[in-house]
Amino acid sequence: MGLFDRHAGLLEAYRDVRTTGLDPFQIRMERVLSPTEAIINGKPTLLVGTNNYFGLTFDPSCMEAAIEAIRAEGTGTTGSRIANGSYTEHVALEQEIAQFYGKKHCMVFTTGYQANLGVISTLADQGDFLLIDADSHASIYDACKMTRAEVVRFKHNDPSSLEARLRRLGDKPGNRVVVLEGIYSMLGDSAPLKEFIDVCKKYGAYVLVDEAHSLGALGDNGRGLCEAVGVLDDCHFIVGTFSKTLGAIGGYCVSDDPDFDILRVTVRSYMFTASLPPSIVASVRQALRVVKAKPELRKQLWDNVSTLYDGLKEQGFTLGPEHGPVVGVHLPDRMTAIGFWRAMLEAGIYVNVAVPPATPNGVSLLRCSLCAVHTSEQLEHMVEVMTGIGRQMGVLPPPKLRAVSGR
Amino acid sequence: MRTAHQLTVENDGIADTATLARGILRADVIREICLHLEPYQAGEKPITGETVIAKDLTIDSLAIMDMVMELEDRFDVSIPMSVIAEIHTVDQLADTIQDLRASRG
Repeated sequence: MGLFDRHAGLLEAYRDVRTTGLDPFQIRMERVLSPTEAIINGKPTLLVGTNNYFGLTFDPSCMEAAIEAIRAEGTGTTGSRIANGSYTEHVALEQEIAQFYGKKHCMVFTTGYQANLGVISTLADQGDFLLIDADSHASIYDACKMTRAEVVRFKHNDPSSLEARLRRLGDKPGNRVVVLEGIYSMLGDSAPLKEFIDVCKKYGAYVLVDEAHSLGALGDNGRGLCEAVGVLDDCHFIVGTFSKTLGAIGGYCVSDDPDFDILRVTVRSYMFTASLPPSIVASVRQALRVVKAKPELRKQLWDNVSTLYDGLKEQGFTLGPEHGPVVGVHLPDRMTAIGFWRAMLEAGIYVNVAVPPATPNGVSLLRCSLCAVHTSEQLEHMVEVMTGIGRQMGVLPPPKLRAVSGR
Repeated sequence: MRTAHQLTVENDGIADTATLARGILRADVIREICLHLEPYQAGEKPITGETVIAKDLTIDSLAIMDMVMELEDRFDVSIPMSVIAEIHTVDQLADTIQDLRASRG
């Protein structure tokens, strides 16, 4: 058997996707012009699929901070924190994030993926139980492959399903660690966190919440769903990323646990990879200041969510269950989704296409992510384009002819 | 040609005596599994105890895990993901569910 034979099914599916000449998984941004525009296939294209929730990738103060840091400390650290040491700025960033959450400790990782991978697989080990939401991100699933803990899935956003699984564990020894996400990345829906926390308290389970898509977007100070529902103190570990709202790359985990720092010499994805370069640390620190100083960005983001979500809903599209910085548009099947995606790109709008097995329940989606600096004109145009394509492809019913009234 | 339903009926006699003591009929477990797998039946090939779930049917890995979650709640057991990974046939899945029920004490 050849090395790639096991991927035969996937190769075939992938070939189908690419026959039309555009590969949704290998798009080239020839030039990125702003948080909301890039040149793709030689054409200015509106970006509505880049998780750039606050549009800070081009924030002048963040860019200046990064440039300044490169001049002062060079382009990279060339090694891990435990081998090459921490720069003063790494430590400062960790303190600032801990303060932002009102938690005692923070560890910064080189990517958000590595934060989940390392923290989750280390917190729950042999003899422990890891309980994860069925729709968890790949980084959480990969952590499950690395841990020696027993892993059990519960139904997405269903506290009673979690409770049944905690109850079945009975009085077996071992820690229970429950992993949740603030906002789920495919459909943009939030966890019923208060109810989950109640269940976890009842069974003495530790709670880890991944706020990757909710940092900045939720809570009066942008700390995420934990803040929005008032359970910051009940979340033992909060994980997040610098690569979305904060416009760079990296991950973090905050906690009040007094022994938290032991993770610095136990979490392999922290120990055995190079630390964040000075420019990233500097731009992230500045981005966090911007998030604190400009709460209006959060309002702009949610206004834009309303424009797109309500606009598409009104035209008859089937969407994710609630408003969120991610708007998932359901399409009937994989090929329709890919065709729709291609038509949108040709019309100058870039979104993500998400098809099984990367999606929950085998659904095919166009995944749109909003940005605080999208203009309402851009989004109204997008609704119009999608409505046109939807009708052409038979996803939406033809427009009702308005009866001309004689009055 | 035997269908999944006929199979479970045929098996009832054997299953009855073998598993009555454990409080749940093996046939019930098999029937429930087959019910969940029916939508993924490939052509006319019937689903039996020997059916290799990921290979003989049109079900993908994620849908298998979702089906297991339904079965967990139906039979009030939790099947760890590492155990699910080792399950290949309908029989093995039924055995796992019955063993977990038996070991609940």
